[in-house]
Amino acid sequence: MCGIVGIYLKTKKFEKNLGKMLSGMLNNMESRGPDSAGFAIYKDESKKIYKFSLCINDLNFNSFKKEITKKIKKAKLTQISDHVILKTLEQPKKVIEIINSNFPKVSIVGYGRSIEIFKQVGNPKDVVKKFRLDSFSGTHGIGHTRMATESAITTDGSHPYSTGEDECLVHNGSLSNHNNLRRELTKKGNVFNSENDTEVAAGYVSNSLSNNKSLKDTLTSGLKDLDGFYTFIAGTRKGFAVVRDEIACKPAVIAETKNYVAIASEFQAMAHLPDVNSAKIFEPEPGIVYSWGN
Amino acid sequence: MKLDLKKKKLREINNTLQNLDNKKNDRDFVIINPEGSHALCAGLNQEMKVLIKGHVGYYCAGMNQKAHVTIDGNVGTGVAENMMSGTVHVKGNASQSAGATAHGGLLVIDGDASSRCGISMKGVDIVVKGSVGHMSAFMAQSGTMLVCGDAGEALGDSLYETDIFVKGSVKSLGADCIEKKMEKKHLNKISALLKKSEIKNIKPDSFKRYGSARKLYNFNIDNVSSY
Repeated sequence: MCGIVGIYLKTKKFEKNLGKMLSGMLNNMESRGPDSAGFAIYKDESKKIYKFSLCINDLNFNSFKKEITKKIKKAKLTQISDHVILKTLEQPKKVIEIINSNFPKVSIVGYGRSIEIFKQVGNPKDVVKKFRLDSFSGTHGIGHTRMATESAITTDGSHPYSTGEDECLVHNGSLSNHNNLRRELTKKGNVFNSENDTEVAAGYVSNSLSNNKSLKDTLTSGLKDLDGFYTFIAGTRKGFAVVRDEIACKPAVIAETKNYVAIASEFQAMAHLPDVNSAKIFEPEPGIVYSWGN
Repeated sequence: MKLDLKKKKLREINNTLQNLDNKKNDRDFVIINPEGSHALCAGLNQEMKVLIKGHVGYYCAGMNQKAHVTIDGNVGTGVAENMMSGTVHVKGNASQSAGATAHGGLLVIDGDASSRCGISMKGVDIVVKGSVGHMSAFMAQSGTMLVCGDAGEALGDSLYETDIFVKGSVKSLGADCIEKKMEKKHLNKISALLKKSEIKNIKPDSFKRYGSARKLYNFNIDNVSSY
């Protein structure tokens, strides 16, 4: 199972409502994935400021803030439940090193100049509420509700997975060659934090994008290299793309209007969206990459 | 009678339709605000007309007997799966496995049907005015599939005795599915189906006929040592 959702705004009309639209979609996908949920929102893209989405788990926010601002000067922190958005002008490599070597309890969920990621175990409705998704604005967003199969129900096992700057990936399905692929990518320098198959697919995408391949070309070669069942939605700073494997057992439906493109596992996830009944509604065909904004 | 899924629960509405009083004369229903609900109108077993206004989810009108269900929108996976009799008419597109395992009745899809349309069909007639996706009529056993558009890869793979008629192109035929000669009785069958599904301006002889080569499922004396 698992439910995946995504929304990309083609115009500015609904930017203030992005969080509301996405939270409705996630809430309606509770039946496909009650174990954990997460979402990535692309908002307020900056040229210089990097945002780090951190899960601080049971650390005290104030003491974490005190400690980290000693090491990263002028860092600005905002707390939303057990997640923290850290904004800094420092380069990612340095920040990641500081966090990993000083705060073993903190996990870096993602980073970039636009992306903010929140994910946690629990019922999607609770997760959405806890992170106040309703209040978010933005240009595009991706979400996931998980029915855990091949790895444990943990924050690390929750989607979206982000393995590169402003990148994220959600997945409905399972991969059968992820262990081999993980070894190959690890040799190439990718770092993985979980046993999860989707994280390997995210790493595969990051690796290919870092070699200057486009998202569309990356996912097209993924059809050959990733073995298993899947519908993926992959996000970048500028947009997102969706692809289904050739057998196409895992569902997906797209609704496109002049203002937005919405993708979900089932139509009921988007039944509440504005003008959806007059939208162009279609299923992405197997083995074909559809992309917007990239 | 109007049934609103925003005011009533899915189970309540299905319950009303499934347990209709035999003596009731008012048998026309309109369902509004389906919003992608699953299993809507599943298990109906009496003569009645139901019009669903909007898009529905999985298994719509599954196991249907005698009822006439029209969906003014798109349908999710498995519309009219295991239908026994009656008609199901989809005015939009259908997702995968439309009419799966259905034993009887008529399923008409005005738009396209995606993969595995008519998988393991056992006697239903399926008419698709648009195209069908890959592996349609997979292991189809009996009944008729009429496609006015194109068919995807591996049409009729491991086919038994379903007649398949396609007007457009076929990307590829599945194992043991071959093109067959169109005879008068087949043209009559096509005419009847076109009429039943209110399709005009298409001539029966513009279709091609596909069926089983009967090599895969028949006992063959040459293979006796393998049994």
